[in-house]
Amino acid sequence: MLKQLEGSHAVAEAVALCRPEVICAYPISPQTHIVERCGELVREGRVGNCEFINVESEFAALSVAIGSSAAGARSYTATASQGLLFMAEAVYNAAGLGLPIVMTVANRAIGAPINIWNDHTDSMSMRDAGWIQLFAETNQEALDLHIQAFKIAERLSCPVMVCMDGFILTHAYERVDMPDQEIVDRFLPPFKPRQVLDPANPYSIGAMVGPDAFMEVRYLAHDKQIQALEVIPEVATEFKELFGRDSGGLLHGYKVDDAETVVVTLGSVAGTVKDTVDQLREGSTKIGVVTIGSFRPFPLQALRKELSGAKRIVVLEKSLAVGFGGVVANNIMMAMQGSGIHVHTVVAGLGGRPITVPSLTKLFETAHADKLEDLHFLDLRRDVVNAELARQHAHIGSGPIAENILKSLYRDEANTANAS
Amino acid sequence: MFQVRLHGRGGQGVVTAAELLSIAGFTQGKHAQAFPSFGSERTGAPVVSFCRLDDKEIRLREPILEPDCVIVQDPTLFHAIDVFQGLKPGGYVLINSSKSISELGVAEQLKDVPEDHIRGVNATELAIRPVSRPVPNAALLGGFAAISRQITLEAVEKAIATKFGGRIAAGNIEAARAAHAAALGKELVNAQTA
Repeated sequence: MLKQLEGSHAVAEAVALCRPEVICAYPISPQTHIVERCGELVREGRVGNCEFINVESEFAALSVAIGSSAAGARSYTATASQGLLFMAEAVYNAAGLGLPIVMTVANRAIGAPINIWNDHTDSMSMRDAGWIQLFAETNQEALDLHIQAFKIAERLSCPVMVCMDGFILTHAYERVDMPDQEIVDRFLPPFKPRQVLDPANPYSIGAMVGPDAFMEVRYLAHDKQIQALEVIPEVATEFKELFGRDSGGLLHGYKVDDAETVVVTLGSVAGTVKDTVDQLREGSTKIGVVTIGSFRPFPLQALRKELSGAKRIVVLEKSLAVGFGGVVANNIMMAMQGSGIHVHTVVAGLGGRPITVPSLTKLFETAHADKLEDLHFLDLRRDVVNAELARQHAHIGSGPIAENILKSLYRDEANTANAS
Repeated sequence: MFQVRLHGRGGQGVVTAAELLSIAGFTQGKHAQAFPSFGSERTGAPVVSFCRLDDKEIRLREPILEPDCVIVQDPTLFHAIDVFQGLKPGGYVLINSSKSISELGVAEQLKDVPEDHIRGVNATELAIRPVSRPVPNAALLGGFAAISRQITLEAVEKAIATKFGGRIAAGNIEAARAAHAAALGKELVNAQTA
């Protein structure tokens, strides 16, 4: 049924359709509306046999989900930013124990400086924890990915993180096609756990493992992700057969076939990139875009195949590996090693900086003319950076960077206002 | 694509107005995308929200930099920010005020906007009796329907009834009808303040 909904509410309704038995979460912007709506749906009795557990922190939220999942309950939680960091130990534990929890991450920057806006630093900080990480391009895909996530998680006994851009998706009202309960039930059978804490058949989960077997257990975590490279497209195909929509999968290509320049990105910015690509194609620039759906496991072979015809690759990402460059770009370089195809890293949209068509147009034209540097920061204000560097060189005690920059920005604005 | 930017202050329902507008577009079979300016909104602080309307899927996620219409819920913002920044020539302007644009001091900024694309509607006044609160947001959407013809008054009424219930919906629908009539320059009998 078509509905005009806020992204957060669309996700909450999709989660409810998956018949979770335990939802536990601690609110944090921009995830709050998701769990608020989940709470309302549970209270209204629309989630069947489900318990909504209020917890005192994110660490508790995921710890409860670990307990309930180990007890055989389909379990869901959601978080963002500092909340994900606060539960970091439990994030590794959930994956290490192989518990099929589904968690939404409403992507948001990580402080300091504190910032509530969108980028991908939070999810990227947990990329090696052993969770499957799926990224949504639209609210429809976010909704669909949650339904797929439970199936993927339970088939592999592995937790799945569904990443959706905070505010840009979570707070956007747009059209979504909300499926019926009956069709979701056909797609997603009741949870049959691979391991379960059962007093009638007691065993422990979470043994201490020494040097004699730790490597093997960790290798099997890696092997599970390799299996996910098969399972994720399978589930997307099964989803399409029942729901009639292309959602999920490892990656999506757009106008890639004859493209000389291919942009690789993930998340909601793909829409703006596609509009820019269409405009540039009108001027006969051969450019396309590949959107990564699954960041973990990282589809090395599928990407290599999709990108093999490009002359150059521009990785546009909302994350920065400080002291190195790009997080996603580094992975793309691994996929393309030995191909001779140049990979540019473009860090953009950190802390909610808008990514606009005019900026992307200029960026892609520069790249297409082979004039783009290896590591580029989109719309970085060099004047602001240089002014702060000058302050630091002038005084050993130049003070806190964030405060210095804000002070100078507001002073400049005030001066402009006074002058006009 | 038709792009609307809404300016107001925290507490005036600026974000809700964009959401309502998107629901109104949706009820008419349009694709619609509404989103806030993602700030830490505080009561009284300037707030911006956005709504795109189109007949095909909307993929663009940037803030609206070149709106086809600007709705100003609070004319005191003219002193604080340039609300008309990027407004397309020939675009539309709806201001929550019964004063003329010269009296409001924005005539120069609006010199490229056709006169019949600019309307002032005293939406706060029109809303205060039926809604019992000085919230101009839903009322202004009635005015938007009248001047832009992008959506119908019926769609605005349906959107209000979808988002709110009971007395609040009824009051806002009455205010939207009054603002619609006022924007068309027609007196609506039941819009007269009692």
